[in-house]
Amino acid sequence: MDQELILAVDRATYRYPGAPRDALADVPLSVRAGEFHAVLGPNGSGKTTLLRVALGLVRPTAGTATVAGRPAQAWSRRELARVVGVVPQREESAFPQRVRDAVLLGRYPHLSLWGAERAEDRAAVERALAQCDALHLANRWLWTLSGGEYQRVRLARALAQEPRLLILDEPTASLDVRHEMELFERVRALADGGRLAAVMITHHVNLAARFADAVLLLAEGRAAASGTPGDVLTRETVERVFAWPVTIESFEGQPQMIPLRRKEPL
Amino acid sequence: MKWAGLLGLAAVAFVLAVLLGPAHVPLAELAGSEIIRSLRVPRALLAFLVGGSLAVAGASLQALVRNPLADPFLLGLSGGAGLGAVAAIALHVSGPFALPLAAFAGALGAMALVYRFGLVGGAELDPRVLLLAGVAVGAFASAVTTAVVSLADAAELRNAFLWLWGGLSGASWDTVLVLGVYLPLPLAVLAASARPLDLLALGEEPARYLGADVEQLKRRVYVAASLLTAAAVAVSGVIGFVGLIVPHIGRLLWGHRHRTLLPVAFLGGGSLLSLADTAARVAVAPRELPVGIVTALVGVPLFAFLLRRWTKS
Repeated sequence: MDQELILAVDRATYRYPGAPRDALADVPLSVRAGEFHAVLGPNGSGKTTLLRVALGLVRPTAGTATVAGRPAQAWSRRELARVVGVVPQREESAFPQRVRDAVLLGRYPHLSLWGAERAEDRAAVERALAQCDALHLANRWLWTLSGGEYQRVRLARALAQEPRLLILDEPTASLDVRHEMELFERVRALADGGRLAAVMITHHVNLAARFADAVLLLAEGRAAASGTPGDVLTRETVERVFAWPVTIESFEGQPQMIPLRRKEPL
Repeated sequence: MKWAGLLGLAAVAFVLAVLLGPAHVPLAELAGSEIIRSLRVPRALLAFLVGGSLAVAGASLQALVRNPLADPFLLGLSGGAGLGAVAAIALHVSGPFALPLAAFAGALGAMALVYRFGLVGGAELDPRVLLLAGVAVGAFASAVTTAVVSLADAAELRNAFLWLWGGLSGASWDTVLVLGVYLPLPLAVLAASARPLDLLALGEEPARYLGADVEQLKRRVYVAASLLTAAAVAVSGVIGFVGLIVPHIGRLLWGHRHRTLLPVAFLGGGSLLSLADTAARVAVAPRELPVGIVTALVGVPLFAFLLRRWTKS
């Protein structure tokens, strides 16, 4: 049974104006409902550019990006936000806010210009908070949250959009082991729910290998490899892409990377 | 409760503005009084419209530049308006609306210039560049204004100086009517932008992911807030601190959701300016203080107090 194709990036290429080389070249990415994809790669390998192309924020110089059957560029921001929820890498908080109000921002694409929030919007907010184990935080100020709690609230905001595709950009940076694991478990559970697809940009090679259905490994804007974790994370590929010696062990049937110490000091 | 207090304040401000003044009008003759009908009522209404517009413009610009200490005059409009007005005085331009029109033209000129600088790479409006351009354009306009004033003779100089500090003595039913027709459009544009302005507080990229059309939003808010400020400055000179203090108090008491904040700012700004104008008329009667001095005398200590609270937390 083939699930619906939600995101289809086909040989996408993009070069920033005035840049000497393509930030993204010939990259493919197909995501279906129920799948969890991980995008891996060193800093500057094009992960965030891929996100921007996939979401229609920049027009690919070659290739296409299609969301739910429609070119990414053809969506209005508002319509797209009803289909795709993003947990961005960074954001500001110019004005202090309570958790429930912050999650309510996720309802913006569903609200009419002048209308107030409806019962269904409030229900969606409560549902999203519950899904992220954050109901008890609802009346707290954002600035009083720990790093793990804050990420849960940002995930809840994306879920309040009721998206079919969830994109997370390095969501576990600066989280401890427990909160990292909780986040991966939660995204896996959301994908297993069947209606949602998830794409996570991450530096966690090993967690990606254990949780994701498919891995896209980027290097200098190109797809160094893509497929199941077992196919992609071979010693040769990982050493070449990350420019560091590693060994690959198997744990619970998935490859796990162990970086090696150098023989000589740096 | 808070809303009842605010509406009560607005009502009190309006009643005081009508009852108090240098000329004593007995309560019994209130309805038939020419002073009330053609001076005090239009002046109270004008103070309310101008104060409300400045506060709404300030609240919106704070959201646009993501800085709670932004003020409607931060972006160089006061400098442009001052230059326009002083140039009109120095060149002896006469006519019924010469001064307001010249100030309005000066403010729009400054707005266009700052906007042009703020368009980074010809496409995206960068709020940081907007701020810097505003300061630069404002400083340049002030320098030219001072040059013009220093060449003018003494009586003219006093007029120009008083005008710059703001005053509502030019109020008439005509000005109220002009503002009544002009203001609804920019106010409606800002009201329609209230929700996406909440998103913009997260930064531009997160706001886009949540469905805001950020480029269009920034342009809309900048132009609408500037048009409000330009109109205010044209009819009443540069009245400081209303656009800074009122949104700030609104944020403290009502929170940062702009759907609530913008109407609160309008009522609060209107009330504050009409109280300040009453004080300006009564304090040294029969002479009149520029209302900008009253708002600064009240606003600066209040602002210092808020700033202390803000830097402590």
